[in-house]
Amino acid sequence: MNTKSELILDIKNLKVEYRTDDGVVNAVNGLDLEIEKGQTHGLVGETGAGKTTTALSVLDLIQSPPGIIVDGKIKLEGKNIRGLKDKDMESIRGNDVSMIFQDPMTSLNPVMTIEDQIAEVIEYHESGGYKEAIEKTHEMLTMVGLPPRRGKEYPHQFSGGMKQRVVIAMALACRPKLLIADEPTTALDVTIQAQVLTLMKNLKNQYGTSMLMITHDLGIVAEICDKVSVIYAGHIIEHGDLVDIFDNTRHPYTEGLFNSLPNLQDRKAKLIPIKGLMPDPTDLPTGCPFHPRCDYAMDICTKKYPEKRYRNDQHFVECHLYDSDNIKRGGVIKRG
Amino acid sequence: MDKPLIEVKGLKKYFKTPYGMLHAVDNIDFDIYKGKTLGLVGESGCGKSTTGRTILRLLEPTAGKIFFEGEDLASFSNSKMEEKRRDLQIIFQDPFSSLNPRKTVSQTIMEPMIIHKLYKTKAQMMEKVLEIMEIVGLAERLVNTYPHELDGGRRQRIGVARALSLSPKFIVCDEPVSALDVSIQAQILNLMKELQEELGLTYLFITHDLSVVNHFSDEIAVMYLGKIVERASSEELFNNPLHPYTIALLSAIPIPDIHYKPNRIILKGEITSPIEPKNVCRFVNRCGYATEKCHLEEPELIEVSKDHHVACIKEVIEMNANKSILKN
Repeated sequence: MNTKSELILDIKNLKVEYRTDDGVVNAVNGLDLEIEKGQTHGLVGETGAGKTTTALSVLDLIQSPPGIIVDGKIKLEGKNIRGLKDKDMESIRGNDVSMIFQDPMTSLNPVMTIEDQIAEVIEYHESGGYKEAIEKTHEMLTMVGLPPRRGKEYPHQFSGGMKQRVVIAMALACRPKLLIADEPTTALDVTIQAQVLTLMKNLKNQYGTSMLMITHDLGIVAEICDKVSVIYAGHIIEHGDLVDIFDNTRHPYTEGLFNSLPNLQDRKAKLIPIKGLMPDPTDLPTGCPFHPRCDYAMDICTKKYPEKRYRNDQHFVECHLYDSDNIKRGGVIKRG
Repeated sequence: MDKPLIEVKGLKKYFKTPYGMLHAVDNIDFDIYKGKTLGLVGESGCGKSTTGRTILRLLEPTAGKIFFEGEDLASFSNSKMEEKRRDLQIIFQDPFSSLNPRKTVSQTIMEPMIIHKLYKTKAQMMEKVLEIMEIVGLAERLVNTYPHELDGGRRQRIGVARALSLSPKFIVCDEPVSALDVSIQAQILNLMKELQEELGLTYLFITHDLSVVNHFSDEIAVMYLGKIVERASSEELFNNPLHPYTIALLSAIPIPDIHYKPNRIILKGEITSPIEPKNVCRFVNRCGYATEKCHLEEPELIEVSKDHHVACIKEVIEMNANKSILKN
């Protein structure tokens, strides 16, 4: 097992609610997440599962009201960062932890030149002046494959893929210990996505940046991640490394995600969708929140939330189908 | 063999911009047989949605012919076209913006029937609405709900229901599942496939998602900057892609299999502007195979083997033949 010192991020029992007029949205419900240093950790789930809320909690960017972190511990390199004073949090954001948002089109300031936007981050966190910051900005632009002379241009003069490179350059400008990437390629075309993923992989190898990669695309996970956590209704329902998740799938929801994807090698294969819809987060089902959609649901699933069952040191599922014996054997669900 | 249901010949759609004419769709040909699906793939801005809209004359073609059951839609008067739209429908990408927020589910599905005066009484119409709702898997209790009360998957079912309300023969599906989660995407794709089998529908399926198009289409046309650069059956296209752009596109698909190691081709270079493009290959600046010849003339779409068309120079086609990229 890993010792705690190797963890860059350690989230325990995180609970986040959005208290709205229509009721309390239980976005994250006791989520545990550990990211090891130098690793890329994939957080996979569908719309409304709580992926982005988890990421925003780390940076204390949950809009409040209506959002409140109700409970839980968030540790960065062993130090608690939950509930810090605004000023202390500001020195972490962009410096120790930075974030790439989904849509590069809206995360840049349209009336500021590219280099000024990147330099702003560096000036804020580092002691050098503007000139030094611009110098470093040009280094960053070169690193993400953009010619520094284009730094004088404005975001509208850049294509989508180039804007996403700018956002990556900005996020990496202060050499963060942890980079949170929230669906960084969803808004991009496949050929551009391939470029950005290659870039991110190279950066990881070069600088050893730890990464939390939020995505709904298992193809991207297979390509870039070391560890995977599958999130459903604000719980991590299955976690492991790539071999655990892709070749030894245990949770019925993870199985459902794989079965929903068209198979390129066998185009005649029928898609098997997960029945039903994502549960309403203001009114989550009792017991296991997946039970109304689960083909294997049993009586106990409606009553009690399942505990973690480990297949090996790291791979666990939260599902009543398993005991300490059959989790190792597998064969309980169709896949795996 | 039968005549195709849809036959597009020399279709062009140009837009006027302050900098010159933008060639959104530039001289494309294809045909689709009854009950079949043609997948149209390409990246944003390649003209695939414009093609879909121009075929239905939601945009007026600049030039070219669109034969539907042997008649040229491009030559129809507006009123005749309006009548013909009974047979030609469209499902839009975004289930959030393509529905009128002030109309209930039944009103949305009913509107085309009212416009085309299909039924004499409201009761008859309502009966049909409920029948269609059942077909697309919308519960009857949702009949008076508004779009904002429903999730994306159900909204897209309304989009499908509206397209079906006039019992069309041909449907343009413009990225119908792109805005949906994978588990819901699979539900809608299965629904559309079942409808095709039951009702004998013909689809033009526009998407940027290559694994979806491979699953869904009989034939695939790859577009790049207003041109079709390759067209073949889905199986042939994925097993034996010949155009360098198709190869790069296929190699870029992230595949959810950890034993697959992609032999990725990363495209470099600037995308050619679609405004007043020169008469040379439009992919030439990004192509790893480009020769001098490619900078001089535009390659024609030629049939290299049965029903496999490629617009590229002979040397490159030969070089790429039978070089499957999706197998390990």
